[in-house]
Amino acid sequence: MKRFTWFNATSLTFGFAFLYLPMLILVIYSFNESRLVTVWAGFSTQWYGTLLQNEEFLGAAWVTAKVAFFSSCMATVLGTMAAYVLVRANRFPGRTLFSGMIYAPLVMPEVITGLSLLLLFIGIGLERGILTVVLAHTTFAMCYVSVVVSSRLVAFDRSLEEAALDLGCSPFEAFRLVTLPIIAPAVISGWLLAFTLSLDDLVIASFTTGPGATTLPIKVFSAVRLGVSPEINALSTLLIAIVAVGVITASLISKRAAVAQARDEQAAVRSE
Amino acid sequence: MRRFTLIAVPYLWLLAFFLIPFAIVLKISLSDVALARPPYMPQLDLSAGWEGLRSFLADLDFENFTFLTTDDLYWKAYLSSLRIAAISTALTLLVGFPIAYGMARAAPEWRPTLLMLVILPFWTSFLIRVYSWMGILSTEGLLNQFLLGLGVISEPLAIMNTNKAVYIGIVYTYLPFMILPIYAALEKMDDSLLEAAEDLGCSRLSAFWLITAPLSKGGVIAGCFLVFIPALGEFVIPSLLGGSETLMIGKVLFEEFFTNLDWPVASAVAVILLLILIVPIILFQRNQQKAREAEQ
Repeated sequence: MKRFTWFNATSLTFGFAFLYLPMLILVIYSFNESRLVTVWAGFSTQWYGTLLQNEEFLGAAWVTAKVAFFSSCMATVLGTMAAYVLVRANRFPGRTLFSGMIYAPLVMPEVITGLSLLLLFIGIGLERGILTVVLAHTTFAMCYVSVVVSSRLVAFDRSLEEAALDLGCSPFEAFRLVTLPIIAPAVISGWLLAFTLSLDDLVIASFTTGPGATTLPIKVFSAVRLGVSPEINALSTLLIAIVAVGVITASLISKRAAVAQARDEQAAVRSE
Repeated sequence: MRRFTLIAVPYLWLLAFFLIPFAIVLKISLSDVALARPPYMPQLDLSAGWEGLRSFLADLDFENFTFLTTDDLYWKAYLSSLRIAAISTALTLLVGFPIAYGMARAAPEWRPTLLMLVILPFWTSFLIRVYSWMGILSTEGLLNQFLLGLGVISEPLAIMNTNKAVYIGIVYTYLPFMILPIYAALEKMDDSLLEAAEDLGCSRLSAFWLITAPLSKGGVIAGCFLVFIPALGEFVIPSLLGGSETLMIGKVLFEEFFTNLDWPVASAVAVILLLILIVPIILFQRNQQKAREAEQ
């Protein structure tokens, strides 16, 4: 029996208050009428209005969305391939180096990754802009994708794939018809993770971007350095809302998929 | 043939965008300032064979690294980063452990929701989470208004733009990294062990020390590394919440590069940061390996 004591209740209450109060305060103050963020002067949505007319923020948001979309798609393809190689190909020359290169970017300080990529782009004479940021984001995000996907691949029953091969599938067909549908939830959450990481990244984007390709975090960072402002509060609230809706929808979908899968499995067992 | 393509594509990508860039950083850190200015033509002339390689190696020197030791800014920044990262890791453990413990003791039907509530902030923008503290900690901020209103303090606390704000920022943003591995370790724990200990005469506290603490050790170690390693190279938190006293190497590197435009020194700073990080990274991977083996 698990004992749930007053100690546990207090630590959970304080813990979650600590995690959520700062963001809650930010959301509340985004509706403050006063320009001074520390004085409450009444409810107003005016800062959302000024935000939506701010061309600079809108432009940066559009750049960020493009970068996040392309880099997360590329990272998902490359990361899934890398995960497949890590889990399925037991031996090939340089396997240790390969797995090292998959895990190293996860723990590498962003300043180092950013600096080294910038030096590479300058070295090969690639003009900095949206393309270089996409390349940089693809590289670190593919490592996260491959970790997420390989954990699913490890748990996957290999005989299903072998059965498909025995029944005359080509290896690619076996992957597309059998493996991919089963690892799909991991691939989708890998894509979502890559997308969020790209949306969020400030340091690597600062190093690898060029004039005309300012992303939203870079814009927000330079605005925030000057102090707290109600527009940034409004922008933050919008971003928090988008993330919350996205994550909750995704978890509902995966819950429903898990329920459906359990039902199918039960039906299969019964029909045997 | 297919197998070859499957391996080659991600492999070559990582070589091109991960390994080669590091080789370039290493090379520039060993170059003279004059040679390391853009456009960085590769100075290694392969057509000259051994002679070319020898003259390439002869051009490299440790000048930039020697420079780092002469200016005490750098080693002070490394030491201060280590201290700030270590203190924040300890604080994160102090805050995170009770939360993970409470989660693992909650009713099973509540646990997925609690888990989701811990993960949700992780999906929210890091920059926004750091920013949210700026309005709370400043001199006229909500925390001071609240404490002054209660009469707990008579003068506003100076937290913003000090190391204290940096600690709060790191604890806040990295808390999920600490909670999740500890929760994973505690959740697997068999409760009958605790009952047995108490039946055999242990008090609750000694049962905790003798049973819960050793069984959660793996999770605690993993959590500490997951906080310590990224905190060491942190740039955003010290820039936004820290003040003039806050010296962190990530910030120094960023400014060396963008403000002073001294690329060789920035590269040397990066190389040393990496050397410092190699030890904890290897220890972390060993710990993970051990945890995996224990599970099998």
